[in-house]
Amino acid sequence: MGIRFILMVNKQGQTRLAQYYEWLTLEERRALEGEIVRKCLARNEQQCSFVEHRNYKIVYRRYASLFFLVGVDNDENELAILEFIHLLVETMDRHFGNVCELDIMFHLEKAHFMLEEMVMNGCIVETSKANILTPVQLLEKT
Amino acid sequence: MGSQGGFYQSKEFLDLVKSIGEARSKAEEDRIVLNEIETLKRRISEPDIPKRKMKEYIIRLVYIEMLGHDASFGYIHAVKMTHDDSLLVKRTGYLAVTLFLNEDHDLIILIVNTIQKDLKSDNYLVVCAALNAVCKLINEETIPAVLPQVMELLAHPKEAVRKKAIMALHRFYQKSPSSVSHLVSNFRKRLCDNDPGVMGATLCPLFELIAIDVNSYKDLVISFVSILKQVAERRLSKAYDYHQMPAPFIQIKLLKILALLGSGDKQASENMYTVVGDIFRKCDSSSNIGNAVLYECICCVSSIYPNPKLLESAADVISRFLKSDSHNLKYMGIDALGRLIKISPEIAEQHQLAVIDCLEDPDDTLKRKTFELLYKMTKSTNVEVIVDRMIDYMISINDNHYKTEIASRCVELAEQFAPSNQWFIQTMNRVFEHAGDLVNIKVAHNLMRLIAEGFGEDDDNADSKLRSSAVESYLRILGEPKLPSVFLQVICWVLGEYGTADGMFSASDITGKLCDVAEAYSNDETVKAYATTALMKIYAFEIAARRKVDMLPECQSLMEELLASHSTDLQQRAYELQAVIGLDAHAVECIMPSDASCEDIEVDRDLSFLNDYIQEAIEKGAQPYIPESERSGMLNISNFRNQDHHEASSHGLRFEAYELPKPAVQSRIPQTLIASTEIVPVPEPMYPRESYQTTMPSIPSDAGSAELKLRLEGVQKKWGRPTYTPATSTSNSTSQKTVNGTSQGDGASTVSSMRETYDSRKPQVEVSHEKQKLAASLFGGSSKTEKRPAAGHKAAKASSHMVEKSHVPKSSMEVASEKAAPAQQPPDLLDLGEPTATSTALQLDPFEQLEGLLDTTEVASAVNGAPAASRSPDIMALYADTAAGIHNKNDADLLSGLSNPSVTNMPGTTAMPQVTQSSSKGPNPKDSLEKDALVRQMGVNPSSQNPNLFKDLLG
Repeated sequence: MGIRFILMVNKQGQTRLAQYYEWLTLEERRALEGEIVRKCLARNEQQCSFVEHRNYKIVYRRYASLFFLVGVDNDENELAILEFIHLLVETMDRHFGNVCELDIMFHLEKAHFMLEEMVMNGCIVETSKANILTPVQLLEKT
Repeated sequence: MGSQGGFYQSKEFLDLVKSIGEARSKAEEDRIVLNEIETLKRRISEPDIPKRKMKEYIIRLVYIEMLGHDASFGYIHAVKMTHDDSLLVKRTGYLAVTLFLNEDHDLIILIVNTIQKDLKSDNYLVVCAALNAVCKLINEETIPAVLPQVMELLAHPKEAVRKKAIMALHRFYQKSPSSVSHLVSNFRKRLCDNDPGVMGATLCPLFELIAIDVNSYKDLVISFVSILKQVAERRLSKAYDYHQMPAPFIQIKLLKILALLGSGDKQASENMYTVVGDIFRKCDSSSNIGNAVLYECICCVSSIYPNPKLLESAADVISRFLKSDSHNLKYMGIDALGRLIKISPEIAEQHQLAVIDCLEDPDDTLKRKTFELLYKMTKSTNVEVIVDRMIDYMISINDNHYKTEIASRCVELAEQFAPSNQWFIQTMNRVFEHAGDLVNIKVAHNLMRLIAEGFGEDDDNADSKLRSSAVESYLRILGEPKLPSVFLQVICWVLGEYGTADGMFSASDITGKLCDVAEAYSNDETVKAYATTALMKIYAFEIAARRKVDMLPECQSLMEELLASHSTDLQQRAYELQAVIGLDAHAVECIMPSDASCEDIEVDRDLSFLNDYIQEAIEKGAQPYIPESERSGMLNISNFRNQDHHEASSHGLRFEAYELPKPAVQSRIPQTLIASTEIVPVPEPMYPRESYQTTMPSIPSDAGSAELKLRLEGVQKKWGRPTYTPATSTSNSTSQKTVNGTSQGDGASTVSSMRETYDSRKPQVEVSHEKQKLAASLFGGSSKTEKRPAAGHKAAKASSHMVEKSHVPKSSMEVASEKAAPAQQPPDLLDLGEPTATSTALQLDPFEQLEGLLDTTEVASAVNGAPAASRSPDIMALYADTAAGIHNKNDADLLSGLSNPSVTNMPGTTAMPQVTQSSSKGPNPKDSLEKDALVRQMGVNPSSQNPNLFKDLLG
């Protein structure tokens, strides 16, 4: 399975994007987001970007005010996931130009479309920015 | 700029997003969303909504669910949107549906038809949208409806479609392997796809297939190796490069696959050595992604058939990781070390100080990882230090999930490596005291059994000492409030059995304590039952010793309460107690012999002692007994009785023989009553049998019966005396050293003092003295065990000396580097230094320095891991730093305080009551938004309510 969920949460703990690769009910999502956001936001920058939670791990990275949190299985390569987050941000940056929190909020569906190109069934399937962005940009022209 | 373009957005939507973005608390956000729900409920069911408008409504629904509220009223509209002709609208519909519905939702059936149609579309983007939905929404039942089309799409001319079709097939395999079992060969075929994207995606399902069945894929080793080689040699399109690494994510996946295929297979592994060695050499060790690939190489190397050269490269990388300042790299290093020590255990030693630093780091993640490593390297020489540390840590955390895990690890290690029974009991006591409700009940039974059996055959004195110390410790522990139930059961049993055995404590002392327990934990029937039986034993021993029995008043009132208890079990125990007290000393001695929990109960299955009585009865004209097997025509009745048995067993009278005693009943009473089917062997002949068993895995059924009858085979062989017989190669000094904690400590200090003399030239040595001590006790064991056999031969002595010498400079070097690093890590073993470290860290906005430090243009060259980047002195970073200062946590509070006095803007505390209304945020949100957009375009830092929203994520 690999990736279980991808979350974008701001400094105040408000969810900006949530994509789950296994089904959770609304209540479960709410509880999970509350728990892990509290855990990750309490950490300082010298500490590891990884947090164990229940039977999986969270790899997180902060960009300005926004936290990117990725829940992964225990056998996943944490550093690679950390760089996957960066790849995602770089991809969004290439598309939006100086991407900021508000871009994601105004274009939530686009951010999701990019994720749909990059991750399927919890696996990383595409890492070429051109391949990720082509379908998204074609959509825009229709 | 991701401007409007095809993504037309209304003012209403912009307002909504803006207000959510500026909400300063969860409460405010909830109010906005609830308001939005009301609006949408009204609007969305209006007739003739233009589809652009509808798309926007659907995204607003997505917001509602994302922020934790129910939007099910609008699901049907999202489903309808998937039918739309416009690609953008359709894809948004699919997206919403995948976010809202799980695969078993009733509405899915309405989408399957649309998916079928879209899979046949001429527009490949429509097909892709449908395939995305297939991956999320198709369940086992609906697979057949789309499977034929998905199979056709595997040969689609567009690589994007082939890639998604492969993933759809992967999804079917995950959902129901049997439904596509005849199609898995397609994954092999797609591996040879000439598009690297399709090939890369195919690695995911192949990885899962290989993990399940390695042998069927051995033929692909050559292919995977050659693909990896090509990737590493940059034969793939540049588009897959990431930070100048050629397709690192594909490399990682391939290394994972090779690790599986090469595990325990020398031939397959030999094919991999060259390419893995190449990657070790080529990898850019200054970037995060390079290190990620290197880490994967280590995982691969430690999984496949060992190769000395590769192991050396792996060890080099590990030592670089561990010496790094980055916690992330240290974490990876500790993890990698844990993998490599399975193959080359000696590698741990050179990193001992780094490991101890990680263990003492305030960072919980790093600490846990290090405990995992220690767990893997535990042996009888270091078990005491490691388990002590683990328990200390266990006590300090609140997370029950991890507490359970670490408790069970402590128990496992203690059972496996305990140097002495005394230590084992003390350790178990600590585990029980702090995590008793989280450990398996069997652990408690093992502990009771150990105390009862003691050291074994010859040393009665030691046994009784062990028991007295157990009793003493339990009486002390009983003073603590709120002990876990399992632990109390152990305590009650031991107090009943041995409380008065050595004469240190009087019967009234012990009974008083037992009554206190029964009273304090009056809701726990099991504890009460244990306490009652313990009381009975104490009184029985008193009577048997011909002492006068005075029942304490609290004990009497307890008995009165129990005699009328609703629990039949408690009632029975109380009646039995009453009956025992009424008997004379001789009778009591017979039914309740002192210290006999390990004695055998001989069971006369023929009940021959009843012969006289039966004879008498028959003479008086009673019917003789006909065994069940000889009875005819009564089959029905016996059947009936058998059926009845299940209901009867719990409540009513039972007619058939009792079954074997249950493990929970450890008291002697049931044992005397119960008819056991087999005779328990006497302890004396048991020991030869045990040593025999050490050579054989114990049979499960045997272990089960051991559970029932206080035998110790399964356990004793691990940590009792017999363990030492097979391990005769270790000289006596080892066992002496490990027999108890104090002498172990001495051993450690001699080792470290020896180190000290070597290092005395360097003044810093004292600083790390404590650390060295710990290191010696953790790792010294490995060198000791390695050296000890050699020490027996005089010729080898010199060489062992050499070994020691060669270790010492290394460790002193570690010390030096330790000093060179900023002295944030106090060398003290105690945690004294840690709070200061954390508090200084907390005073700063912890993330301030990180903010905006990555410049996209610079990224490729400047990203040498996070810390390196944060040091890069570029102008952007400086700018970002000052900008960061503006919206620093406290400043933000101040700013918001002007317009919004009740706001507290702390991360983590989101649910804050709030009085002011969102309308007070600005006179006209639309205006301010437009202004913001303008300022943004001009490149000026916006001065809005929430400047964070505008902050570039990348630099």
